[in-house]
Amino acid sequence: MHTIVDRQELTKRDLISLTLEAPQIARKIRPGQFVVLRVNDTGERVPLTVAYRDAANGTVTIIFQVVGKSTAMLASLGVGDAIKDLCGPLGKAEHIEKIGTVVGIGGGSGIAVLHHLLTGHREAGNHIIGVVGARQKDLLILEDEMRALCDELIVTTDDGSYGVHGKVTDALAALVERHEHIDRVIAVGPLIMMRAVTEMTRIYGLPTEVSLNPIMVDGTGMCGGCRCSVGGETKFACVDGPHFDAFKVDFDELIQRNSMYGRDERLSLLTSIKAR
Amino acid sequence: MTGMDHELETLAQQGDLASFCPHCHAALNLYDENTKRIWVGLDVEVGDVACDLLVNPRLEEFERVCSSCWTGDAVATDVLCPHCHASLIEAEGLCDECESRVFTIDVSLRTRVAPLSCCTRAECHWHGVPKRTRAKILAGAPRQKKPEQDPKLRVRNFQEVSYGYDSELAVAEASRCLQCKKPTCVDGCPVGVDIPGFVGLVAAGDFAGAARRIREKNALPAICGRVCPQDDQCERECLLGNKGEPLAVGALERFAADFERETDQVTLPPRAAKTGCRVAVVGSGPAGLIMAADMAGKGHSVTIFEALHSPGGVLVYGIPEFRLPKAIVEAETGNLRHLGVKFELNSIVGKLYGLTELFDLGFDAVYVATGAGLPGFMGLPGENLCNVVSANEYLTRVNLMKAYLFPEYDTPAPLGTRVAVVGGGNVAMDCARTALRMGAREVSIVYRRTRAEMPAREEEIEHAEQEGLRFEYLTSPIAYEGDEQGWVREMRCVRMKLGEPDDSGRRRPVPLLKSDFMIDVDMVVVAVGAGPNRALFEDARGLERTERGYIRTFSDSGRTSVPKVWAGGDIVTGAATVILAMGAARKAADDMHEFLSDGAAAWS
Repeated sequence: MHTIVDRQELTKRDLISLTLEAPQIARKIRPGQFVVLRVNDTGERVPLTVAYRDAANGTVTIIFQVVGKSTAMLASLGVGDAIKDLCGPLGKAEHIEKIGTVVGIGGGSGIAVLHHLLTGHREAGNHIIGVVGARQKDLLILEDEMRALCDELIVTTDDGSYGVHGKVTDALAALVERHEHIDRVIAVGPLIMMRAVTEMTRIYGLPTEVSLNPIMVDGTGMCGGCRCSVGGETKFACVDGPHFDAFKVDFDELIQRNSMYGRDERLSLLTSIKAR
Repeated sequence: MTGMDHELETLAQQGDLASFCPHCHAALNLYDENTKRIWVGLDVEVGDVACDLLVNPRLEEFERVCSSCWTGDAVATDVLCPHCHASLIEAEGLCDECESRVFTIDVSLRTRVAPLSCCTRAECHWHGVPKRTRAKILAGAPRQKKPEQDPKLRVRNFQEVSYGYDSELAVAEASRCLQCKKPTCVDGCPVGVDIPGFVGLVAAGDFAGAARRIREKNALPAICGRVCPQDDQCERECLLGNKGEPLAVGALERFAADFERETDQVTLPPRAAKTGCRVAVVGSGPAGLIMAADMAGKGHSVTIFEALHSPGGVLVYGIPEFRLPKAIVEAETGNLRHLGVKFELNSIVGKLYGLTELFDLGFDAVYVATGAGLPGFMGLPGENLCNVVSANEYLTRVNLMKAYLFPEYDTPAPLGTRVAVVGGGNVAMDCARTALRMGAREVSIVYRRTRAEMPAREEEIEHAEQEGLRFEYLTSPIAYEGDEQGWVREMRCVRMKLGEPDDSGRRRPVPLLKSDFMIDVDMVVVAVGAGPNRALFEDARGLERTERGYIRTFSDSGRTSVPKVWAGGDIVTGAATVILAMGAARKAADDMHEFLSDGAAAWS
């Protein structure tokens, strides 16, 4: 059992941050790695990338968007409640070294993961430019934390309610137009966003890395549910990733594969609402 | 005492036996007005003298009354049926006690008739089934069938297919055992269970005693009774199999273990005095569980590290509920907890702890049994289409995550109406039969060799056939084709023929030219074997591996290149069977115990 020691609602709607007691995981986990959790005995195994860790206090923080039954259940828990299972750290840690200028692009709950990754790159002495996007102002998360971490932060909103009016790709284009020297781009967010960023950086020839979030069951390399085509080879995101060279990833296949249980997810949510 | 004797005794205590002539089948029981008792009436000849013989059919007081001639040392020269006058003297059977000749009548044992012999020497009161005839009778006696759920019913539920023996069937089957002096069946058992010993106890009605006898060598009898490939091991060595069908060792093992559990008579072997040594076991599958049981029994303190949220490894994620109910695995792991074994769930060695970090945590020895859980794919075009899943994913979703109870449980499983399962092992059978139970209308097994080469247990293949699976033998997929949304719709296959034998001794399948054809599918399960689990190797410096990625061992007992680290089970051998993993763990446990007991032992 892992007790919740802190809970924050990051947006009015559905982005929640939970801090869980997990001393050994907190000691071991590195930026980019994830955990698999299970709320209760009948629950799914849910993979979530860790946003912060506090080794001294023995806690890890996960930030997630409420999208289905499992995340809704997770969101309904409060401080002092406990979740049944927490397993990690999983996945490969991000390879971090001093390379120069790193542009981190984040969307939705991906900003939380990006924050963890950029913290590592910052500590390695890199120049950090952040680009974070949201549909509208009140859906943007971690702005203050990102501002504190980045040498420069660009915020975009789809509706223009805050920051630059447009998508993260527009902001990226502007950066490149400004003749900014960029050594690496890291994109974390919805697959559609990562695909759009990749299409653009491919044209500019900017090395790009993405953090994938496919469907998985065990998260330890045993089911192959998270397999994705990377450079024509089948990789397991849980053990080979979740970070991959964006130019090699077959996004279209992954988008299709991620829709595989859409009908079941709706049924699960519907049944749980009816049961209330 | 053998089973049949025992059964006779039990029955005799309940009342008189009905007796019959083995030749004319006439009833031999007579009611004697004077003594108000029932007797078996026979004619006896001693030398030239002939007279009536009355035998008391209440066996516990087996009396014989002869008018005058047959007393003392006299040996009856003949015993005849009073109806057909046929001789009842056995040609071969001899009295177990005085080796005189015996005569035989038939008695009824509830539902069947059994031969009962009596000594022909008046003073000797031996009766029963003579050893010599027993061997002959038993070889011809049919193997008792396990009652099973009707195939039409069971393909719609996840309840266990086989109900197992009841006590009557178990005793009848156990009585077939020849009780060989040099039991070859034991040689066929990787953990050396005393098979004649426990079968004899079943025959004698001491079912809990039988289970205790098995537990001396095998801590997981209820599991092995269900999933061991007995047809390739103990039962293949059984002498009864030379002339008829071998003894159903597996079914008897299961019966004894189930009886013990259901009647709350589980007696764990005694624990030795505490040694103070701490053993870490990585992985809670069959090898890990046996290692833990053995080492705990030898007095060591054992902790099992398990990556998943439930202990049992392949027993919980892989083998379906209808073949191995999870409650049984829970009961067996519960027994280990009673032995003092600790389980650290959700703990991946290689990730949460490094392999050698375990020594820093105070462990004195480590056993690595992480298994072969990496799903194999064939690398075919279209393999990443939606609804093409690995056997591991499918089984894990349905078994471990209980997707068959979706949406009561939150994890869904892929669904299909026309499902193809690629492969011919137990895992393929499990996937195909699971798909039927999940509502598929048509399920095909696509296997590149023929039925004879299928590695699955014979019982599983038979069950699969009964349940109406289609078998596409000598067939192999070469590509999957999908619709616009990326869902699999067709499978392109080729026909094969069998060529020369390969390294494994099985004939190598060779594709036939221009034999392409399509199979309509909307779901495919790929069950073509598995590779080594990878998580451990992320933090296991110095641990040498083979070219295929399994752990290299340097002794029979599974010593690895890292001092004080042993390995066994599928992570050393590649995907094999539950019992082989257990056999390896037993050897490793003995070696580890010796190593830990001898403070100055060298590693290599």
